[in-house]
Amino acid sequence: MTTVQTATGPEKTMVLNMGPQHPSTHGVLRVLLELDGENVVKADVDIGYLHTGIEKTAEALTYSQAITITDRMDYLAPLSNNLAYCLAVEKLLGLEIPKRAQYIRVLLTELTRIGSHLVWLGTHAIDLGAMSVFLYCFREREELLKIFEMVSGQRMMTSYFRIGGLALEPPAGWTERVENVVRTFPSRFDEYEDLLTKNRIWLARTQGVGMLSAQDAIAFGVSGPSLRGSGVDYDVRKYFPYSSYDEFDFQVPVRSEGDCYARYMCRVAEMRESIKIVKQALEKIPTEGPIKADAPGIVAPQREKMKTEMEALIYHFKIYTEGFAPPAGEVYQRVESPRGELGCFVASDGSPKPYRMRMRTPSFVNLQALQKMVEGHLIADVIASIGTLDIVLGEIDR
Amino acid sequence: MTETPDLEQDPAVAKIRAWRPDAVAGLIEFRGELTVLVPREHLRPLAEFLCGDKELAFTYLSDVTGVDRFPIEPRFELNYHLLSISRRNSLRLRVSLPGDDPRIETVVPVWPTANWHEREIFDLFGVRFDGHPNLRRMLLPEDWEGYPLRKDYPTEGPR
Repeated sequence: MTTVQTATGPEKTMVLNMGPQHPSTHGVLRVLLELDGENVVKADVDIGYLHTGIEKTAEALTYSQAITITDRMDYLAPLSNNLAYCLAVEKLLGLEIPKRAQYIRVLLTELTRIGSHLVWLGTHAIDLGAMSVFLYCFREREELLKIFEMVSGQRMMTSYFRIGGLALEPPAGWTERVENVVRTFPSRFDEYEDLLTKNRIWLARTQGVGMLSAQDAIAFGVSGPSLRGSGVDYDVRKYFPYSSYDEFDFQVPVRSEGDCYARYMCRVAEMRESIKIVKQALEKIPTEGPIKADAPGIVAPQREKMKTEMEALIYHFKIYTEGFAPPAGEVYQRVESPRGELGCFVASDGSPKPYRMRMRTPSFVNLQALQKMVEGHLIADVIASIGTLDIVLGEIDR
Repeated sequence: MTETPDLEQDPAVAKIRAWRPDAVAGLIEFRGELTVLVPREHLRPLAEFLCGDKELAFTYLSDVTGVDRFPIEPRFELNYHLLSISRRNSLRLRVSLPGDDPRIETVVPVWPTANWHEREIFDLFGVRFDGHPNLRRMLLPEDWEGYPLRKDYPTEGPR
């Protein structure tokens, strides 16, 4: 139990325990609010209710096995997590990934971004009283989950990106589904904007609420749309391009106001940009070509080869029994997850298991800014501020 | 992992050398990532220098993370991942801490984001950060015993 030091004496303020079971905390977040009437004097964030020791667990798994637990951190964007981890290990190994796999990775992570932003928009709107947006967003997200299920066999815990490329060849007809998304989604985004962007209640609840200056945002290490809503254009896809992002033409939406409304506008604009990237990726992806790097001993051989080639059979056995051993060293790989800079630090000691796997999760870092955003403001704005940071407790507690 | 003379040409390294030559204990380059090894008494002044320097402008601290090298001494490694938004450049600082005295000065006054990172490292590795405003358990319950990310922490059976 965390105790709160009251600033103005116990007779004037009241401590309210918000969460961990509270629908507006988007999971199991606990905030101890010290209130003076309806004003927040102090907000103390307490996390750890969902801690499962993912980083420790990874040390006991081989490099390939550890992919499956990265899904479970940010469960709204499993493919972004897969990508950060796979890119880190590939960097450690010095692997070159075929272009076809890179483009498919880009396409799927951008769809993930849209799906994640849809959940954010729906839940943020429902927190602030707009019920219908929530239902529309989840209807659209279903389309995306169907694509993930078609490609990987799973709606959420995809584990589709593997070290060296992709798990499977995407099934026939998957691009039609994606084309359908590209065709229909922009008008759906217009519908959400019709409901919210000029809605007077929405404006009243978000404009000038949860203010975060650019200076504070940088000091607190905030990243992603939450940072870009404060006027800083830091986007990992542009700053440190990975997986061929430098070949795509897209804008990074930036707003300078630094309030909840600016972050809302950034995320909606980002969804439109993601559609643009998906469209370009569809054109770029070659119909034929390898989806895995040619790296015997690291990437599992094709099934057909195992039936005819002795070497392939040996490699297959070795990969799935003892794994592969990257050279000793440390790498830090950033990717732009829907929530911001997702960093994966992997330290290898030359054994087939990661010596240390660390995930720098954007929600964890962004949540630190909450205190700054809510102290001195109304309690109703706490809900808006938590919503606008777009946190996922799974990746905060890991 | 070798020290090559062209690493000295890196603007950040050259500046640190010029500012205080003994703040760099070594340089490592691996897969295009530059790591500066820093003696622990120099970390805090170096952090202030790198964050405050107008040209380098490492104003953004991406991540702080620990590694336990048990049973090798010095046992703990702390990795500070810095980012310069204006220069689009990143740098890693690494500090080694002995197992019998794992403590270091906090960098929270330089980068407020280090607050939770340092608390997490304290929670999971047992490294003490001198001068930290609120150094207590973060992810684990307050009455938890031991530091799970240490390599000598039992992963099965009774603790």
